[in-house]
Amino acid sequence: MPEVENHAVHPDSKSGVPESSSKTIGLTDVEWRRLAFVLSLSFAVILPFVFEGFTTFQFTLAGIYAIAILGLNLLSGFNGQISLGHSTFYGIGAYTSAIMINQLEVPAYWTIPAAALICLSFGFIFGLTVTRLEGLYLALATFALAIATPQILKSKHVEQWTGGVQGLDVYKPDVPQALPLEADQWWYFVVLGILLLMLWCTKNLVNSRSGRAMIAIRDNPIAARSMGINTSLYKALTFGCSGLYAGTAGALSAIVIEYVAPDSFTFVLSFFFLTGMVIGGMASIPGVIFGALFVLFLPNFAEDFSKNLAYAIFGILLIATVYAMPSGSAGLFSAILTRLKQKLNQ
Amino acid sequence: MNLWNRGIICAIGFVTLTAAISAAEMPGVTDKEIKIGNTMPYSGPASAYGTIGKAINAYFNKVNAEGGINGRSIRFISLDDGYSPPKTKEQIRKLVEKEKVLLVFQSLGTPTNAAVHSYLNKKRVPQLFVATGASKWSDPENFPWTMGWQPNYQTEGQIYGSYILKNHPDGKIGILYQNDDYGKDYMIGLKKGLGDRSNSMIVAEESYETTSPTIDSQIIKLKASGANIFFNVTTPKFAAQAIKKIFDFNWKPVHFLNNVSASVGAVLKPAGLEKSQGIISVSYYMDPTDPHYQNTEGMKRWQKFMADYFPEGNRKESLNMYGYLVAQTMVHVLKKCGDNLTRENVMKHAANIRNLKLDTLYEGIEVNTSPSDFRPVESMQPTVFKGESFVPLGEIVKSGNDKIQ
Amino acid sequence: MDLFVQQTLAGISNGAIYASLALAIVMIYQAIDHINFAQGEMAMFSTYIAWTLIVRFDVPYWIAFGLTLVISFLGGMLIERIVFAPIHQAPALSHLLVFLGLYAIFNSLAGEIWGHTIKEFPSPFPDYSFGGLIGAHQVGTIVIVMFMLAAIYSFFKTTKLGLALRAVASNPESARLVGIKVKWMRALGWGLAASLGSLSGMMIAPIVFLDPNMMGGILIYSFTAALIGGIDSPGGAVAGGFLVGVLENLVGTYVEFIGSELKLTFALLLITGTLLLKPNGLFGRKIVTRV
Repeated sequence: MPEVENHAVHPDSKSGVPESSSKTIGLTDVEWRRLAFVLSLSFAVILPFVFEGFTTFQFTLAGIYAIAILGLNLLSGFNGQISLGHSTFYGIGAYTSAIMINQLEVPAYWTIPAAALICLSFGFIFGLTVTRLEGLYLALATFALAIATPQILKSKHVEQWTGGVQGLDVYKPDVPQALPLEADQWWYFVVLGILLLMLWCTKNLVNSRSGRAMIAIRDNPIAARSMGINTSLYKALTFGCSGLYAGTAGALSAIVIEYVAPDSFTFVLSFFFLTGMVIGGMASIPGVIFGALFVLFLPNFAEDFSKNLAYAIFGILLIATVYAMPSGSAGLFSAILTRLKQKLNQ
Repeated sequence: MNLWNRGIICAIGFVTLTAAISAAEMPGVTDKEIKIGNTMPYSGPASAYGTIGKAINAYFNKVNAEGGINGRSIRFISLDDGYSPPKTKEQIRKLVEKEKVLLVFQSLGTPTNAAVHSYLNKKRVPQLFVATGASKWSDPENFPWTMGWQPNYQTEGQIYGSYILKNHPDGKIGILYQNDDYGKDYMIGLKKGLGDRSNSMIVAEESYETTSPTIDSQIIKLKASGANIFFNVTTPKFAAQAIKKIFDFNWKPVHFLNNVSASVGAVLKPAGLEKSQGIISVSYYMDPTDPHYQNTEGMKRWQKFMADYFPEGNRKESLNMYGYLVAQTMVHVLKKCGDNLTRENVMKHAANIRNLKLDTLYEGIEVNTSPSDFRPVESMQPTVFKGESFVPLGEIVKSGNDKIQ
Repeated sequence: MDLFVQQTLAGISNGAIYASLALAIVMIYQAIDHINFAQGEMAMFSTYIAWTLIVRFDVPYWIAFGLTLVISFLGGMLIERIVFAPIHQAPALSHLLVFLGLYAIFNSLAGEIWGHTIKEFPSPFPDYSFGGLIGAHQVGTIVIVMFMLAAIYSFFKTTKLGLALRAVASNPESARLVGIKVKWMRALGWGLAASLGSLSGMMIAPIVFLDPNMMGGILIYSFTAALIGGIDSPGGAVAGGFLVGVLENLVGTYVEFIGSELKLTFALLLITGTLLLKPNGLFGRKIVTRV
């Protein structure tokens, strides 16, 4: 059992510690990892040509969720700040995009960076405000944000922009003419591209000086402060970055789903992201993809068991998953890999 | 590897292509069955409505057991969307693209249906008899593939407005409404019914959220506003609370309760029948708990259906009757289509229903549609609660055919 | 002035509702160091058990009341022993997922067993209203909340069991070393919290009517109440409950811009603001960490 705790606290140790040069079946760890990456990437690229439009659309959604969960993981997994308010950032991103497309007629692609920047600033300001709060109290403050979001979106004061309770329709731009792709395939690749970019940025960020500062704040804020790290600033910046990810994901979701409404951004969505993050593995970068697929497909899976008790089955499966991997897929995978490596090296 | 992949892709492409061609005429229909898709909030906070889907499924089982529709049985594929618009989009796409259903029927909720509104119209898939009373579903010009079923909330609000104008011209109205599309549509309707008097007659508007534990504070404010007419636009739980509260607070306004909550068994009884006397509402189908209607033929048929095909369903729940009625309408349309079960033909017949009587609609209320009128049920019967049941109050009101926006 | 008095009284009645569930949340936090997001749904489920006893089996109210407390207590212990015993060591957020799982299970089961139609739940107090201002049941609820508070307070301050419970939550290893049966203490904490929750449910149901989603909205308020008061302080939870209840009503009544539409949003904002000044809640202890 203590090893479980270990994974939970330092699952990321592998990215900071120099790689061991021992070889497994002729390849070093780094080479294995590269091989795995290339294989999964080629799988991801082939996917929309193998499956029909609907399944491609599902994977597109999973990609969008993965971006949001990655943002949450940056905040909670690497920086130790809990957020139950990521549905807000996601919602702001979605509405920014929807309002710009629907009312200002800005090309859809431009609305994505715009949403990202707005959420970055909002996240930074919010992060700066709540910098003194920790643990449950931070959870409450962010939860308040999540509760308030749908109410504010449909409030009569902003109705003229947000469309109030009726929401806004969004028209997704056509596939560039030079490409022989269906709309679903094209948006799948757009999302995949952004996701890869985000994953790459996150990897570099957490291995940088700033990333180490973020992790130090998570592990021991007082020690971090005494080492001269401006903890408030770093925490607020991490909040901003995290918001940027969620905002990007939100904008993509508005475009791909072609509709936004206050009911799409309730606090349930925050729990949804949180579930994805924990199941994927705290502070695990590749884990977010597993987490996103999990939250997207688990309800469908539960539904196949029983319509009447779909929700209860969902609960049972969720609990069972936590039993199977108390520290997420990342913990489970690394445990399996270690075992496997020992076997193979014997 | 590359060649192999290409082979697979070609093969799959070929298969889907041929499938598409053979199904192009009548997707979702074989000699043996008709596939109908649906989404319902079986899980999550709106799961109370899930029973509609179960009642519909039970009714289709009955139809199948009795020989189906011109020899074809109905396969009703009802998926859970948890009342989340993105999930609805996912599930509806699954139904259309993977299950290849003939049509989508009775999907529940305004934001959820709005999320697939343009998708289904672009794909030319019928989005029939959606389970929401928003007014935007009857727009045959712009959305020829979408049709509502129940009288829409605005129409109903308008009926109250005209009634108040006629019977209480000097009244002061206080409104309690749920802060969402449903509540706001009622307000728009009421204001339309009141016309230019609406600004002077409405003295207070209070909203609540579905997460609000109680509505005490709102009732106090409404009472303090001096209103003598209470327009109660709430869902069952809050309606029962409101009935109880205004009684406890000694407020005695003329009480108008929206149809959504005008159920004896589910609202008035828990709130207290003695506190409910004199409540005015409008209805279009019978309340399953109302003793007044227990002996009608239609009610007996419904009860037999519940006993034979949906024994686990609650026989006090008017949603189960709603599901029964709407499923009857669907079956009527499919039967009319005969063997020509194309999407176009389904829409054509859905838009040409003439004087269809259903088992438990009020006497004198019929389902009617035309290519320019996508509002199947338009008439409502004003009622007042006396003793243990709602009794008719005047004539059936048919809303005009003017397009409501 | 009349309006002010009425809104304040209504706020206090609502506050008592929030406070009662907040007490159960504080109780469980004292015992296991986590917030149980399924506490509300467990309370709802217990209330359905009470309803079944009273309405279906014609058990007299107070006997059903006592039975429900006992059944809930045992149920709470069972949940701890069956569901949580295997994952004590798992990270905090994994616990959160299990709470969410329980939430879904109880909510769905209740809907399936008892249906979604609202049910009238009897009140032990007479159907009487004090001058149209506040009902007897509301007054009774306030009294019971105060009684719950006194009981919890004396349990933690004056009994050995209460002390042992707190020791387990704050440091399970040391508690084990001094001979406390950690396993059973945790189960006891769960049992007590479930019992308190069922009491809260039985007080809330006559006001809001019994249905599977009865506790959803209330949990948000109770969670807020518990935290604003300080999650480790029962007195704080009660004060927090009243504060949230009254504040929400007064703001909704007197601030035109906010009205009923945004009153919850505003109350939450105000609370977040308070937390920024007092990061451990109004009555919470400051946690000192060593480097």
